[in-house]
Amino acid sequence: MRLNKEEQAMLSGEFGPAIKWAIEHQLQVGRMFDAEDMVPVSQAHMMADPESLGEAGVAFTEKLAETDIKVRIPMITDPRGIDLNYYEPLGQTENMANLERRFIAACKNMGITMTNTCINYQTIMPPVFGEHVAFGDTGVVIYSNSVCGARSNFEGGPSALAAGLTGRTPRYGLHLDNKRIPTKRFRIMDQPQDLMDWGVLGAAIGRMAGSYWEVPIIEEVEKTPTSDQLKHFGAAMASYGSVPLFHLVGVTPESQNLVDAYSTDLEIINVDMDAISDLKKPFTAVGEHVDVVVFAAPQLSIIEMAELADICNGRHRSDTTDVIVCTSAQVYGDAVSMGYVDKIEAFGGRVLVGTCFYQQYAREIGEANGWKRLLSNSAKIVNILGGYGYQPSLASMEACIESAEKGRIVS
Amino acid sequence: MKKELKCHIGIGPKVEGVALVAHDNFSARYDLDRIKGVFSRPQHQLFGKSYKDVILVLNTAKGGVATAWMLYEMASRKIAPKAILFNTANTILAQGAALAEMAMVDRFEDGDVTKLIKSGDHIMVCPAEGQVIFLD
Repeated sequence: MRLNKEEQAMLSGEFGPAIKWAIEHQLQVGRMFDAEDMVPVSQAHMMADPESLGEAGVAFTEKLAETDIKVRIPMITDPRGIDLNYYEPLGQTENMANLERRFIAACKNMGITMTNTCINYQTIMPPVFGEHVAFGDTGVVIYSNSVCGARSNFEGGPSALAAGLTGRTPRYGLHLDNKRIPTKRFRIMDQPQDLMDWGVLGAAIGRMAGSYWEVPIIEEVEKTPTSDQLKHFGAAMASYGSVPLFHLVGVTPESQNLVDAYSTDLEIINVDMDAISDLKKPFTAVGEHVDVVVFAAPQLSIIEMAELADICNGRHRSDTTDVIVCTSAQVYGDAVSMGYVDKIEAFGGRVLVGTCFYQQYAREIGEANGWKRLLSNSAKIVNILGGYGYQPSLASMEACIESAEKGRIVS
Repeated sequence: MKKELKCHIGIGPKVEGVALVAHDNFSARYDLDRIKGVFSRPQHQLFGKSYKDVILVLNTAKGGVATAWMLYEMASRKIAPKAILFNTANTILAQGAALAEMAMVDRFEDGDVTKLIKSGDHIMVCPAEGQVIFLD
């Protein structure tokens, strides 16, 4: 890879050991993906929950922070694994909380802003068209690339941290025009209605796309989707297919030029009811007892919080079904002042702040609380949690609340 | 049978070991019980099998970014695969391999690596050369 003088100085250690580690890490990854040089990035977003980090990852981060290094660009964080105001009742231990505290302290020492959110594109500073960034969390990346027209690869925690320290990232993948060209063409046969439908549609396309290096272009959406609908659509597509970019014709900013130039030679793949039913089938358990209903993955926007509060209003959950809601600190303040949190908690739900359910020791809290059958309107979370020992099921937001009220899955 | 396979240059040290193969995808978060060191997702073709000290041969990556930290955490406890071979890796797996100093290669010239290598094959992975050698 070609390095400029500043980057060569980073590599030789002139900026200290943390920067040297960062650029060496970036060079290893860049060479594997044939990057020719580095590209400056304006923001970084790091996924790093304590379950993923473990003792080793926290110690690694602390060691960097001990060098008194600071990030060079605005850098924010993905959801935490512990809501430090509410962890013992979930069955999380003091050891888990201490790992979290140590990591937060190390990040703050490096100048990282602890936003703890996977919906920064709705709440913090959405990237703009053509902006090169280094974002983690697949949902953040696919939304930023597709809906905003920004440019980011999936940057795992270590690589996002490296980008924050060097202010750049290897120029490969979605930083390049030719990696953003559609490779698979999909036609929507049945229009999605609610958030769950959009998630399931994204999941079906992600599964058919099948690889990080495929770029779906999707045609014949009849009504312009909302930000929340695209959030669930993208998050599920990224979860099922590791897909970091889609083009939705007539909606996303790069789609129109690309559909004319590149789509006509691609075979049309119809996304029909069979594909949707096939995806939902493993997550259908009508009539079964439900242990926990979860709204998360991604964190809820203020609009989702309002909708959920409205559905919960005047009702109460079954004594045998818990309800967990995950949102960001930025949304939570507004949700409190608007009375949404009161309504959700009067229903018997618990609103966690700055976390996301699957990132907070999902196996351990499931075992501690006896949660096995889980219900959610998030196609992403039901895809993840099977490996954590849950029996996950899917339903709309309304059906989730009705199921929580009755203690069994209603549809 | 070929004595060696050519692939794209990869990441990590030269290692040798026994292959565990499936035409399935991979995420440390979605698929593993990292405490027990086994595949824990019931739908995964390697469900119940130990991944400790084997050379995993799989199709591609799936899902989220957590694997980048998790490979490092797994390696720190020495309950980790020696190497992972893919038809196509994604960025997260490569980043995780770099931090964990774990061997990883992808893009094989002769086609589907999950068909070219069988479970139980004794192989050497040479990431710097873009090469996998059959040792038996």
